[in-house]
Amino acid sequence: MSAEARLGGIGQTLVAARGVTVVRDGKRVLDQVDLAIGPGERLTIIGPNGAGKTTLLRVLLGLVRPSSGTAIRRPGLRIGYLPQEFPLDPALPLTVDRFLALGTRAAGERRQQSLVEVGAAGLAGRALDRLSGGELRRVLLARALLREPDLLVLDEPVQGVDLSGQLDLYRLIGRIADELRCGVVMVSHDLHFVMAATDRVVCLNRHVCCEGQPESVRDHPEVRALLGVSAPDLAVYTHDHDHVHGLSGRIVPPEDDTRPSHGPHG
Amino acid sequence: MAEFLIRALLAGVGVAVVAGPVGCFVVWRRMVFFGAAMAHTALLGVALGVVLGIGVTPAAMLVCAAAAAVVAILSADRRIPDDSILGVVAHGALALALVVIAASGGLRFEVLAFLFGDILAVTTADLIWIWVCGAAVLALLAVLWRPLLALTIHDELAAVEDVPVAAVRVIFLLAVAVVTAASLKVVGGLLIVSMLIIPAAAARRLSSTPEAMAVWAAFLGVIAVFAGLTASIVWDAPAGPAIVLAAVLLFVAGFAAPQRLSRPR
Repeated sequence: MSAEARLGGIGQTLVAARGVTVVRDGKRVLDQVDLAIGPGERLTIIGPNGAGKTTLLRVLLGLVRPSSGTAIRRPGLRIGYLPQEFPLDPALPLTVDRFLALGTRAAGERRQQSLVEVGAAGLAGRALDRLSGGELRRVLLARALLREPDLLVLDEPVQGVDLSGQLDLYRLIGRIADELRCGVVMVSHDLHFVMAATDRVVCLNRHVCCEGQPESVRDHPEVRALLGVSAPDLAVYTHDHDHVHGLSGRIVPPEDDTRPSHGPHG
Repeated sequence: MAEFLIRALLAGVGVAVVAGPVGCFVVWRRMVFFGAAMAHTALLGVALGVVLGIGVTPAAMLVCAAAAAVVAILSADRRIPDDSILGVVAHGALALALVVIAASGGLRFEVLAFLFGDILAVTTADLIWIWVCGAAVLALLAVLWRPLLALTIHDELAAVEDVPVAAVRVIFLLAVAVVTAASLKVVGGLLIVSMLIIPAAAARRLSSTPEAMAVWAAFLGVIAVFAGLTASIVWDAPAGPAIVLAAVLLFVAGFAAPQRLSRPR
């Protein structure tokens, strides 16, 4: 479905960009981008460095005002946001639990439960600035969980996480999206993992160069040229979307571990 | 106890109790240079206050607030780096202050008093300024505590979570401006930033929550005021610098304490 067609049912759309152009220092960072995300939909934005992926997210979030065009958010939309950069300052004494409490009004028990759900049970009393990249992402996901968002926005959610941890994180994100039944917009460099947990892929290179189901985008010559991937490389990782949905709603500890090389299990 | 000493103590304690919590945010938000810029700007307020014959503290407060607003507007534009903006505002204001002072017939004693502070000469009117402004800033900080903490941790995350980031940020800048202007007489423009920064920095090692750090900073500031004033009487040291030195000693002594909330991974 095209972005325009989706915009037809505007009452349902969570966020949408319409003809969004962002000019920064005389350069077009984004050029006439149309995009819409419906409830429960999982959209991944891929594209080369400097393609404007993060800028597009920031426009959708209302953090950047487009030079022309508009960004529309459903009124009252609750967003769970995982920023790409999260600089932490040792000058501020802040425990993980306190950080969770600051974003939500959830009770202590619920906060602890959310940490268990993201596989970060032991971190409640830890200093936020002492977490590893993977631990921090899990804590941010726990915080997003507690806010019960309609839309989860993730900017390069596995950046700075080691390879095996990346797969766990993508699985976790899929499970959380299942549980919350929320929409997901994710920016990623990484086509491999994206294929597994997304309904629609948008390939961005300042403009939308193509969009569609993961398989169709994967085979798009422009995408291959842009990302410099070869077909066999991609084919190794099949779309194991069924796998993610198969766990619907039930939270499974992250130890549940099936490497992609084993192929998707039922 | 001599009345001037009681006034000095009340003034010092008033400044310390407010500067502690506000200073924590200055430290957390890496705004030390903003504090310094406000101190420079306050001296322009002093010069104008003296030359125009209006009250020095209200003049300093107005000039500081105006400078804070200018910084906020320029900073929101994002075209100029924040530290450049602060450098221009701070030194522009200081240069203008010196020109104003020269034009009015040379450096007067009142101006010197505000440059170096004169806590032993604090008047009842000064006390009222310090305590009224201090109470107002503390009340404001209490109301804005959660949103201010949220945007200190991550301003974009806070914005997405519907914190009115721009408004809270400007209000905090104004609060720093007010604290700076109100405490000019206690430690002086040259040392005023130290009351914001040093107790807060010393408090970090003793604290495992932001709130504890704010309370500790206020408490350590009060201790520094008592110690500094005592030293000033016993050894005839200048009071403002003695208070700052006492705070520095507390900071150094803090290293003997084990750091809270920072376990090695």
